[in-house]
Amino acid sequence: MATDPMAEIRASFFIECEELLESLQDALSDMDEGNQDNETINVVFRAVHSIKGGAGAFGLNALVGFAHRYETVLDELRSGRLSITPDAMKLFFQAADLLQDQVRAARDGAPPPDGSEPCLVALEALMGGAPKAAEEEEDVSDFQPMGLAFDFGPVDDEAPPARPAWTVRFKPSAALYASGNEPLHLLRALGKLGECKTRCEMGALPDLDTLEPEASYFEWISEISGDVTDFDIREVFDFVEDVCEIEITSANTAQATLDMSGLAALEGADSSPFPEAPQVVMPMAEAAPMTRVDEPAPVEQAPLPAPSALAPTPEPAAPVAAAATGGGGREARESGGGAEPQATVRVDLDRIDRLVNLVGELVINQAMLAQSVAEAGLPPNSAVMTGLEAFMMLTRDIQDSVMMIRAQPVKPLFQRMARIVREASAAVGKEVRLKTEGEATEVDKTVIERLADPLTHMIRNSVDHGLETPEKRVAAGKSPEGVITLSAQHRSGRVVIEITDDGAGINRPKVRAKAIEKGLIAPDAQLSDGEIDNLLFLPGFSTADQVSALSGRGVGMDVVRQAIQGLGGRITIHSEPGKGTRFSISLPLTLAVLDGMVVNVANETLVVPLSSILETATLTDEDIRALGPNTNVIHVRGAFVPLYDLGAELGYRAPKSSYAGGIVLLTAQENGTRSALVVDSILEQRQVVIKGLQRSYGHIPGVAAATILGDGQIALILDPADLVSNASGRTRSQSFALAG
Amino acid sequence: MALEKSSQNSSELELLSFRLAEEEYSVDIMSVREIRGWTRATPLPHAPHHVRGVINLRGTVLPVVDLSVRLGMEPVEGDARNVIIVVQVGTQTAGLLVNAVSDILALPRTELQPPPELAADCAHSFIEALTIVDGRMIRVLDLAAVLPDDNAEAA
Repeated sequence: MATDPMAEIRASFFIECEELLESLQDALSDMDEGNQDNETINVVFRAVHSIKGGAGAFGLNALVGFAHRYETVLDELRSGRLSITPDAMKLFFQAADLLQDQVRAARDGAPPPDGSEPCLVALEALMGGAPKAAEEEEDVSDFQPMGLAFDFGPVDDEAPPARPAWTVRFKPSAALYASGNEPLHLLRALGKLGECKTRCEMGALPDLDTLEPEASYFEWISEISGDVTDFDIREVFDFVEDVCEIEITSANTAQATLDMSGLAALEGADSSPFPEAPQVVMPMAEAAPMTRVDEPAPVEQAPLPAPSALAPTPEPAAPVAAAATGGGGREARESGGGAEPQATVRVDLDRIDRLVNLVGELVINQAMLAQSVAEAGLPPNSAVMTGLEAFMMLTRDIQDSVMMIRAQPVKPLFQRMARIVREASAAVGKEVRLKTEGEATEVDKTVIERLADPLTHMIRNSVDHGLETPEKRVAAGKSPEGVITLSAQHRSGRVVIEITDDGAGINRPKVRAKAIEKGLIAPDAQLSDGEIDNLLFLPGFSTADQVSALSGRGVGMDVVRQAIQGLGGRITIHSEPGKGTRFSISLPLTLAVLDGMVVNVANETLVVPLSSILETATLTDEDIRALGPNTNVIHVRGAFVPLYDLGAELGYRAPKSSYAGGIVLLTAQENGTRSALVVDSILEQRQVVIKGLQRSYGHIPGVAAATILGDGQIALILDPADLVSNASGRTRSQSFALAG
Repeated sequence: MALEKSSQNSSELELLSFRLAEEEYSVDIMSVREIRGWTRATPLPHAPHHVRGVINLRGTVLPVVDLSVRLGMEPVEGDARNVIIVVQVGTQTAGLLVNAVSDILALPRTELQPPPELAADCAHSFIEALTIVDGRMIRVLDLAAVLPDDNAEAA
């Protein structure tokens, strides 16, 4: 593990950044959908602000520079001086993406990515064109060059015109104490800004018998000299300004006085001798009423008796409390802005994996125990049996809970896709909107990680090939804006992720022609629509007439399919000409356990995933019909289903001469194909722990993994779909074929 | 790992010798993890003949190679007297099914001789060196060559 404490802090900062970027994306999407209230905008602002703060602490100057300029624009938005237009939204999204790049580059120690300048300039241009109130006019026009001059330094680095001495009067209200703040921390933070002398005014302190224990009587007056700006001082009180009275006075001029009405600052600003100062003060002054929107307890009520002072809703209290404990590092602590009060713990993934493995062992052990108890022939109502039953239930609970730790919502993955859509659509000049559904669906972390690449590829494909150009769309009577829907849902023990576009659908004649041209199919091949669609998955297939920057280089859907199959998943296409195309990816929920049916075939024990079994039946002679010389089908519920002998397919035995009386498992795949697997007997149905074979041995056709049964023996877990696609289908022995 | 290295560098070499059919073979003892009694292996479909199957080694799935078949001889019968030598080469762990373990030999590295160039014998490419102990010829196996290929398609 890392021995360098700084490296650890740094790592946790970047983890925090990822979370902040996520909430930033979230809030931006919210805004895009028209939810433009102050809180949402605040979340956006806070996310960028916190990243900047943390980055500053680590000296990541490029990141600070970018975040600062972004933040400046967002601040305009927050103060209501900038209206939200679709174009502005696009820029905000783009800036968020670029911010992400900056964060990643900083994390990996790479040089900061180029190309952020045009976006920033465009962003700042927004500010220039923003509607402004009359009295702000000149300030705003001053503002712009200043924003550019900032480039790589936070506000506080802007050289102050002199070394002004400040007097800060700080009078906390009872609400400040009630929300868990500690004036000492604030004063200490203040003391760090420069040379600081603080005294406490205790004049208001009443006699002991009239003293209200929860009321606030003290005020502190600090005199600060040194390289300090008004902004720095306000930043110290950033999170408490609505629960205290602060007066900041410059020693020579009564420059800025911010009382809680937030208006005095404006007047003070006008008389300021320093041209830069008002611009710094203004956003803060404007911000004050804003912050109060989400703080329901107005300051006037501050000296309330304790019970009601303790009553304010927990949300606004949370960030404030965090700020107090954070002391000097208040910016970095602000994460999430209290929108999610849920407590979380970050745990090393290795530890979870270890836990998962141990629970797996526990399940196996429990099964072995159960088996030996059963063999001991104890009566069913004995204490041992009841105890064992309780043990089994507990094991299962533990297992479920452990699996839940690994499960994560697909949301971050979907957010990454949103970015891909934005970039891809800009690159090909199409208007595309991404709709996401079921973002809260939880999938095993490993699955999510390994899904990113194939999904990216498919989304790009959808933008590039799936959707038409705006002109064509309008000609087809559709809205010029294409819609790609990305959805996730749980379906019968698996996760189904679908990518749907409302484009032109698969151009089957073209696909066919291309496949013939590339020699992938014979010119006279008779293919169903579904088969033509599936040609897209062939290696080296690409229909794009022109190789665009996005796709069409011939590495495509075959790679996607491989990746999905590597996860134990399957991918299918459904396309309707003129209406669009839908790709469905079906994945196992977890890579660790599964419910299976334990069966016996040729004296070998096998596990068939329960999710793939539709029904089981006993075969009679009438059910079986011969199809070819070596193959049989069975007639089930009005349909003919191909019959496979598991024993023969796995090479355990030769096909039998008759299957009458045998047991058949009717299985279904995601694409609806059914097949019937013959087994000798069904032993039981139980949960098994998946043990990968890949690492110790390699892939075996038809076998998904292995598991350890109650008797300590290893049983193979079948992958029916893979088995069927590799199957010979021979269910008739040679002699039988001759006799028939 | 440190141990392995020191054994390679030192002039002394320890070998675990075992019997296959009536021949004596050996492996570097540093790559041996443990020796287990015979347990039935679960056969793997479509596996090469020398892969006997997989067994449960305290919760992990361990492929077992029938060394006898691997070296081109008759399969080991698989009864209580047979043993599985669990070996590790790099990151790969596997079991070797042999007739019986016979001895641990310590000998100077200098006593090892490279195998003579001989006709294309299946077993030949698996033998790293030869040595003579008490008048018996002992073959030192090249484990990496014996084990099933990592990530190989098992067909």
